[in-house]
Amino acid sequence: MLLNLKHVSKNYKIGDTVIRALDNISLGVNEKEFLAIMGPSGSGKSTFLQVASMLAEPTDGEIFLNGIEVSSYNEIQRAHLRNKQIGFIFQSFNLLARTSALENVLMPLFYAGIRTDSDHAINKAKEMLERVGLGDRMNNTPAQLSGGQQQRVAIARALINDPTVIFADEPTGNLDSKSGEDIKKILKDLNKEGKTIIMVTHEEDVAAIAKRQIVFKDGKVLSDHKS
Amino acid sequence: MKIGSIFTLAIKSIMLNKSRSFLTMLGVIIGVGSVVLLTSIGTGLQAYVADQFASLGTNILYVVPGNPFGNGGFSGGGGAQTAIESSKPTLKRTYYNQVIRNNRDLIKDGAITSVNVAEAKYSKTTKKVTLYGITNSYQTVYNSPAAKGRWFTQTEEDKADRIVLLGPKIATELFGQVDPINKFFLLNGQSYKIIGVLKEKGGGFGGPSFDNYVYIPIETNFKYFNSELINSFVFEVRDKSQIKDAKLAIEKTIGKSLKSDEFTVFDQTQLLSTINSIIGMLTIGLGGISAISLLVGGIGIMNIMLVSVTERTREIGLRKALGATPNLILAQFLIEAALLSVIGGLIGLLIAYLGSLALQPYFPAKVTMGAVILSFGVSTIVGLVFGVAPAKRAAKLSPIEALRYE
Repeated sequence: MLLNLKHVSKNYKIGDTVIRALDNISLGVNEKEFLAIMGPSGSGKSTFLQVASMLAEPTDGEIFLNGIEVSSYNEIQRAHLRNKQIGFIFQSFNLLARTSALENVLMPLFYAGIRTDSDHAINKAKEMLERVGLGDRMNNTPAQLSGGQQQRVAIARALINDPTVIFADEPTGNLDSKSGEDIKKILKDLNKEGKTIIMVTHEEDVAAIAKRQIVFKDGKVLSDHKS
Repeated sequence: MKIGSIFTLAIKSIMLNKSRSFLTMLGVIIGVGSVVLLTSIGTGLQAYVADQFASLGTNILYVVPGNPFGNGGFSGGGGAQTAIESSKPTLKRTYYNQVIRNNRDLIKDGAITSVNVAEAKYSKTTKKVTLYGITNSYQTVYNSPAAKGRWFTQTEEDKADRIVLLGPKIATELFGQVDPINKFFLLNGQSYKIIGVLKEKGGGFGGPSFDNYVYIPIETNFKYFNSELINSFVFEVRDKSQIKDAKLAIEKTIGKSLKSDEFTVFDQTQLLSTINSIIGMLTIGLGGISAISLLVGGIGIMNIMLVSVTERTREIGLRKALGATPNLILAQFLIEAALLSVIGGLIGLLIAYLGSLALQPYFPAKVTMGAVILSFGVSTIVGLVFGVAPAKRAAKLSPIEALRYE
């Protein structure tokens, strides 16, 4: 099993009240799986993504990545882990403004300690951008790109360190339906090529491209279907 | 992760906001610029004063009435002579003669000076001038040859002839393009003949200049200007190493006639150190005031960096999500603040240097290595110190909160 969550809980404190965002979740993800996490807002799907992607620490339980227990990692270890093993695709793209597509894609390499001005790094970034169909827009800044193109830059960025798992948080949420279709196709192709993807979405048609749909409610798994 | 790549990152983000970065630096630019420029003026002035004293000769001892270094402190001004004002004659020519006669082994030569004021008139030009009554030996002791004409002789001095030498500046002021040699002019209504013009000495910055004096034989001064007041004896010691011995010898000789508090023997180092300490204090004072602007500049940097951290919250969140450790974020913002300060310091230094070059023709400004190192160091420290708080804030941000920040 690639990613294994055992009895994971996550509590938030808002004022004096404790909110149980994840309630004793146990979930396993195999290699090359494509998961869609669904559920109403407040169901815990976003919290699940944060905890499973090592952005947040679980309050209870254990997480194993490739059989290694990672839930007790400190902040620095988690940063290194995210850099090397996790790819992120966000709803609002989160590209650096006034920075070229190429430089945006290079950023994870920078934190991996690789010289971003080396031919090796630049060629790798170009390769990633070509893979998402942006070979001709490498020097454009986000402001010069459409929403769909920006999200494709973000996907190229998520791929550059060849991550173990890609986490996508509402990847089509900020896009028109045409651009949304492009992104869906890219994600599908990536999965076909063997990438493991865990995607949070509330749109049925987007969830339909995944091979496994999990519905969250009140911090618990309500249903888990394979299609 | 090499620190060099963080530098590149910091430079990039400074360049992304060029005008804001420049305005942020402005405080440091002004601070460093004014500290370096003001201290360069101070140290330049000190070097200039030292030069002036050296040009007068370094093995010179002065004897003046009273104690100019006493409680009131030395009053400053153009020369040792003008600093002393006394109504009754204390120093007498006989003391001078005794010193010269008794200490031939130590003292090579000497001169007597006596200062007066008079109204000079030539053609239609009238000017109030300082009369410098001196002995003939002044020309060698003070290394003051005549550039035009000649010096007066011992005989002319003894006879109290009505002849004068002019400082080059006063010569131009009174005579303009006319050659003053052998011309007659009036001093307090009496006619005097000009026999020479002295070589230019320069100096007199912020005070009277030797080039502005009218030099007359001391006996002439005594006879026609109704004054027996001697301002100083000047003795040229044979060798620099004998200064201390000569001082004791002079004190002993004059001490036979005068009480020890009625006269003072001093050398240039004493005078120079007094003047230097005054200039030094002024320099520190001025530098200190301008250092405040350096502090204000630092606060400006902190302010902008705090704004920048808030503005770039999402960027920080993203960087952390993609693998930046808190220390890397800290380093990025700290280096950015330090760079702003250091670049500002360099620009300030350049401005101060150009400013001191521009001042050169009018003022002896001199940028010292000490001032450069100090201000550069201080501006770097200012950037680091005031960069810590914003950088810490950035490093502490949680990636989830930061990514959610609108």
